[in-house]
Amino acid sequence: MTTPILEIRELCVSYGKVEALHHINLKVSAGQIVTVIGPNGAGKTTMLSAIMGLLPSKGEIEFQGEVQRNIEVEHLVAMGMTLVPEKRELFGEMSVEDNLLLGAFQRYRHGDRDEGKTMDQVFGTFPRLKERRMQLAGTLSGGERQMLAVGRALMAKPKLLMLDEPSLGLAPLIVREIFHIIADLKKTGVAILLVEQNARAALQIADYGYVLETGSVALEGDSRQLADDPRVVETYLGLGGSGAIKKE
Amino acid sequence: MDLQIALLLGQDGIVNGAIYALLALALVLVFAVTRVIFIPQGEFVAYGALTLAAFQAGKTPGTLWLLLGAGALVALIDTVIAVRAGALGRLKRIALWDLVLPAVVAGLVLWLEPGDLPLVAQVALSLAIVVPLGPMVYRLAYQPLAEASVLVLLIVSVAVHLALVGLGLLFFGAEGSRTTPFSEAQFNLGTLTVNGQTLWVLGASAVLIVALYQFFGRTLYGKALRATAINRVGARLMGISTTMAGKLSFTLAAGIGALSGILIAPITTVYYDTGFLVGLKGFVAAIIAGLVSYPLAAAGAILVGLLESFSSFWASAFKEVIVFTLIIPVLVWRSLTSHHVEEEE
Repeated sequence: MTTPILEIRELCVSYGKVEALHHINLKVSAGQIVTVIGPNGAGKTTMLSAIMGLLPSKGEIEFQGEVQRNIEVEHLVAMGMTLVPEKRELFGEMSVEDNLLLGAFQRYRHGDRDEGKTMDQVFGTFPRLKERRMQLAGTLSGGERQMLAVGRALMAKPKLLMLDEPSLGLAPLIVREIFHIIADLKKTGVAILLVEQNARAALQIADYGYVLETGSVALEGDSRQLADDPRVVETYLGLGGSGAIKKE
Repeated sequence: MDLQIALLLGQDGIVNGAIYALLALALVLVFAVTRVIFIPQGEFVAYGALTLAAFQAGKTPGTLWLLLGAGALVALIDTVIAVRAGALGRLKRIALWDLVLPAVVAGLVLWLEPGDLPLVAQVALSLAIVVPLGPMVYRLAYQPLAEASVLVLLIVSVAVHLALVGLGLLFFGAEGSRTTPFSEAQFNLGTLTVNGQTLWVLGASAVLIVALYQFFGRTLYGKALRATAINRVGARLMGISTTMAGKLSFTLAAGIGALSGILIAPITTVYYDTGFLVGLKGFVAAIIAGLVSYPLAAAGAILVGLLESFSSFWASAFKEVIVFTLIIPVLVWRSLTSHHVEEEE
């Protein structure tokens, strides 16, 4: 494996007295898609929020070779980390174009005035957003909203793109389209950390995967190995399986 | 009442309404971005007017010392935080904005003898003293509580208001002041006489409102403020920090407040505590707009201004009562028509 762009060691997150994440270790290398799968409530969103600095955490987060102390969202965004949250968090009363422009806010703040070019690239990836560029974000369909959320994140020219359940609430055809686009994004060199309940689709495009259950990593491995692992097949890919993987 | 009196009252009402409109816009802006109900808005009105009046009286305004003191305090706090976090890169910025800028303003004021300067320069210096107090007040009073509930922020606002009124009394004394008008011109429109200052107030308000509209509609920083108002988490994920947005909106609010004060100072005598009532009327207008809509806030402000001037003619003793009673039917109407929105968690 090449040098990791993101490495988290012994990450713990607590809500009050309840620990929601226990000693998570995880690595994402440049140009890689890494997926975290697991059932609802396993702590996947909590993990992303903690990495992004939206939640206080214990443990070490190393981003681009630098251990991040006093993690601040704004600082991480400026360094090239972006998160597309589960709820999209779009600016509903603003146009598609303005939403995208704001994605480049940190770049603009640091004197980069090249956002027009990036926007053309985003429109190349999501032609549908170009058609709707003057429309208010709040009036878009579910799939378009997800595209806008991803496009907005790409406007920051991220080194690491974190996606939280991009398939959530979308029709199967749109899910397929989104996953195609995610797989394509990898070719542009951005590292992707993909959190998904849709394990089958996620493992298909990912290089490496982690299975998160009740706040701990239950399994990890190359995504192909994981996809063949009988425990994963039974719980997440098979038709009949239910219940969690028992830690060995 | 004949037509002439009605026109006169109408003119009065619109002039006051224009000022209330500016203050209402600032209140809506600050609330939308930071959830702070900005009661101290009125103190910026008074500080702006009285700082200018002090210049014209040949005195050094006390607000200058407040600027230096607040700047030093902010610099001290932020330096300690930066050093603890090991973020020494921040020190340059802190020194520039909180120490160098106030010192330069102080140097200019003490060296130039503003009493003899042209009005434009006096106004510019007054703004240079009062406007930076906005972000400093945000830094000292609100930033540590940015995630607190609306109620807690409101309590802080009351405290800041009382502190600033007290300081205003200390700086400027209990006597009111008036400044020289921007223009002595008078125009006759039929039976109606319009004086130059009226046109200044209306013109400046219109220019300021258009400028704000352009700022929010066209610039990325303006859009960033709107984004923060619409979706705080989304904005943070774009790297728009809550602190930056808060300071920027307080800077704008302080600027609007100080400028409003400077505009009305030649028309009405401004006392150290005048700002509160003026700001409160802007607040009534902002409430009419539900603290969200800018156009409604401006319309509400004109309504408040007109109501005030006509009620001062018919029942001058009850003028304030009538204006503030307006808020009751508005609140009833709002609570009946709009669905209740739970405060965000």
